Amino acid sequence: MTDTAHRAHPTPRLYWLIAIFLAVVTAIEVAVPQIDALDPIKVPLLWILAALKFFTVVGFFMHLRYDKKLYRTLFFFGVFGVFPLFIVVLLSLHAL
Amino acid sequence: MSSQAAPVEAHGHHDVRPIRKAAMWVFLGSECMFFGSMIATFLLFRNETADGPGSELFNIPFTSASSFVLLMSSLTMVLAHNAFGNRDARGTRIWLAATALLGTVFLAGQIFEFTEFVHEGLTLSSSSFGSAFYMLTGFHGAHVAIGVMMLMAMFYLSLDGRLYDDRGLNVELVGLYWHFVDIVWIVIFTVVYLLQV
Repeated sequence: MTDTAHRAHPTPRLYWLIAIFLAVVTAIEVAVPQIDALDPIKVPLLWILAALKFFTVVGFFMHLRYDKKLYRTLFFFGVFGVFPLFIVVLLSLHAL
Repeated sequence: MSSQAAPVEAHGHHDVRPIRKAAMWVFLGSECMFFGSMIATFLLFRNETADGPGSELFNIPFTSASSFVLLMSSLTMVLAHNAFGNRDARGTRIWLAATALLGTVFLAGQIFEFTEFVHEGLTLSSSSFGSAFYMLTGFHGAHVAIGVMMLMAMFYLSLDGRLYDDRGLNVELVGLYWHFVDIVWIVIFTVVYLLQV
């Protein structure tokens, strides 16, 4: 089996369900900073929710979950390349 | 697979669509780094307001509504792509127009927000926070504007049936670009707005 063997793409019904899911997660995101009890975990929680939305859009709407492995590799090289870049930016601005 | 020969179309030309799509993914990966460096810069300067206005100006309900609009534009874009795949020209046209409209609403919201902030004294040169904020959100807005122009071009091509003339950009590539501006906003909304309140 090669990486060109694709899974079937989602149906419009699934796209609508994903959009509802994304809307609900966004509503939770907006609510989190308003709830004082969540203050100690606010930062990691908001990052987790953002990552959840990010990977849902990339996987389903951009079809990366269903597409060639090559595309995944190319894209995530850029996504994870951000972290060393963060360090370079911080070093160049003398923040580390 | 990369080692396989490129598929050959009926008229004898190599099918360059997978190559263009791979090039688009490379471009989007490089754009991640571009926005990543700007987000890192914003995080560094988020408290450098030079005693001027800062994140207290943010209107979270308003920006949340804008975020919702952009998120829903990803839905309309994927529905346009789905209709395009089914050779449903009318459906493609409707969903492309809806996506362009939602993108325009988002841009209008951003222009309104920027105008409010400038009136409150937060400008590009008022502080490091202002510079980092406008550079990051402004560049994202420019990407949205380019996306809206590409969507309108696709809509125009669909009017006389040239949408399937697959020599340049197509709905799939424009869709990838559009979803990308959405995922970048997902991160910006969290880092710039929600984590600052």
